[in-house]
Amino acid sequence: MSIAEVEAQELALEGATSGLWSDAFRRLRRNPGAILGAILVSLFISAAIFAPLLAHGGPKDQNLILIAGGCCPGPSHAHWLGVDQLGRDVYTRILYGARYSLLIGVVSVSIGLSIGLILGSVAGYLGGAIDSVIMRGMDIMLAIPGLLFAIGIVALLGPGLYQIMIAVGVVNIPIFARLLRGSILAQRENDFVLAARAVGVRRHRILFSHILPNAISPVIVQGTLAMATAIIDVAGLGFLGLGPQDPATPEWGTMLSDVNDYLQTAPWLAIIPGVAIVLSVLGFNLIGDGLREALDPKLRGRTGKFRERSRLSYLGAGRRKAVSGA
Amino acid sequence: MLRYLVRRLLLLVPILFGVSLLIFFWIHALPGGPAESLLGERATPQLVQVYRHRYGLDKPLYVQYWAYVKATASGDLGVSVASRRRVIDEIRVKFPATVELALAAMIFAVSIGVPLGFLAAKRYGGVFDNVSLVASLIGISIPIFFLAIILKYIFAIRLGWLPSVGRISVTIDVKHPTNFYILDAIIQRQWYVLWDVIKHLILPAIALGSIPLAIITRITRAAVLDVQNEDYVRTARAKGLPPQTVDRRHVLRNALLPVTTVIGLQTGLLLSGAVLTETVFAYPGVGSWLRDAIFNRDYPVLQGGILFLAVVFVLVNLVVDVSYAFINPRIRYS
Repeated sequence: MSIAEVEAQELALEGATSGLWSDAFRRLRRNPGAILGAILVSLFISAAIFAPLLAHGGPKDQNLILIAGGCCPGPSHAHWLGVDQLGRDVYTRILYGARYSLLIGVVSVSIGLSIGLILGSVAGYLGGAIDSVIMRGMDIMLAIPGLLFAIGIVALLGPGLYQIMIAVGVVNIPIFARLLRGSILAQRENDFVLAARAVGVRRHRILFSHILPNAISPVIVQGTLAMATAIIDVAGLGFLGLGPQDPATPEWGTMLSDVNDYLQTAPWLAIIPGVAIVLSVLGFNLIGDGLREALDPKLRGRTGKFRERSRLSYLGAGRRKAVSGA
Repeated sequence: MLRYLVRRLLLLVPILFGVSLLIFFWIHALPGGPAESLLGERATPQLVQVYRHRYGLDKPLYVQYWAYVKATASGDLGVSVASRRRVIDEIRVKFPATVELALAAMIFAVSIGVPLGFLAAKRYGGVFDNVSLVASLIGISIPIFFLAIILKYIFAIRLGWLPSVGRISVTIDVKHPTNFYILDAIIQRQWYVLWDVIKHLILPAIALGSIPLAIITRITRAAVLDVQNEDYVRTARAKGLPPQTVDRRHVLRNALLPVTTVIGLQTGLLLSGAVLTETVFAYPGVGSWLRDAIFNRDYPVLQGGILFLAVVFVLVNLVVDVSYAFINPRIRYS
């Protein structure tokens, strides 16, 4: 079973009464793009988890004898994807690289999501002066182009693995905060909120058990798409040399920047990590697109014009910075 | 219109204030603080003391912030540690290069994306539509720097059609009064220079324009599909206008409204992406300048450069918003 299916099923169990999640899951299964995305993402995640079992040796093992005849021998029986300029097995490094990308993606999206979630829901639910202060702060963060903001944070913290996770996470905060605030504002006026308030439910309970569960589906969609951008952004920072400072670390972006000098003689050294990035990013993008179509209650049982309209609104506003810095 | 313009300009003040505050505190949080970051590797305790006093860094924060705003507003962004030149002078040289690159990328994206999206919508559900959807999906999934490397490998290294690095061939030695090489070449009527500069622009522009291309294609397609079902389009068809006229005057003109907004939003992406593209092609613009600044710990350049680009981003969005209101009367009156 694929990851998206597992996720959707878990969600289906949680929201069994509403039927939204089981509906969404059914629609997701009928979407060939989402299925392809699920396959790509499950490949990516299994590569990350089972890297030590699938790999040929360690990702940092060098074998300079292999490149004695010049850089670099191409794919062979012993080294499926060839070896790099230090005689390291590229196939092994790609597998271990998936670990870094997955870890960095999950951590940085979690940072952006959790802080954005708190700020956005507080702003949306409380409104008034607090709302203004928080949202103007988010506007200011959005005024600095994404990757430049991340570079500024890395300049502050110094280059390294944890630093780029934090940088990419912080860049994501305003995106989630805005999204959630909008979503909550839409939910706040609903009758069930009024009913809860009338029977004397406390404010934070209204927010956490009545409004948030209903406002969360766009956040899940954006979270999936943010994984895609986080992988690209992190690879970009790695490519600029701001990633892990141990040059032997098999991070995909760092691998790409290392081989710039060997482009003439061994182009596949650049192509292989690049393709790995594209496939994993494509997977998350496909699942995100599929989820958006599946989770939108307005789209139930409809196709055609309405599908297009949802896509338009997503590209226009919600995704404002989601693809930045790629 | 005037009221809208004034309101939109007033909105700019808190944003610029916020950005300056953010960057001010960022400078103070930099490792070693502002004095040491200004001095770079020359920082000795005595020199740091001298600098702290000279630049008023021993004064209260609000006094310092005010001094910083005054200096910035008058164009004083400090002096580069690496080149010893004023940051504002370096921007004057580097920024035109990035503007040329970003404009070329945008022209590439719009001139291909709009017709592509339009045709995809016209042949909704057909082969062409599906191909364009898949292409735009792959377009947003490819990291710019990877695409740049691939383009460089194919067209510069393998085929040798286009140059792989720089902005102009090193053998060409001409004056650049405005630093906009294309403009300079046209003014001075040096056509071989113009051709050389354009050849250097093609690959970086395609790499940088790939994501805007994908997004503009999708938006145009979605907008055309949306507009096609509007009542006024049906009316236009019903009264017997030729299909081309309906497409041009009624469909495309309305469908292009969302595309204008996207162009503004994409500027941030272009400015960010320029760092990566310029690095791959060793293109001497703001992007590669900032990248070098990170490695040289050239904090004045980073401060000035990021502040400058943030202001450019905010201003471009202002211009886009205003021109959007200009072409779409519905915004003005709301």
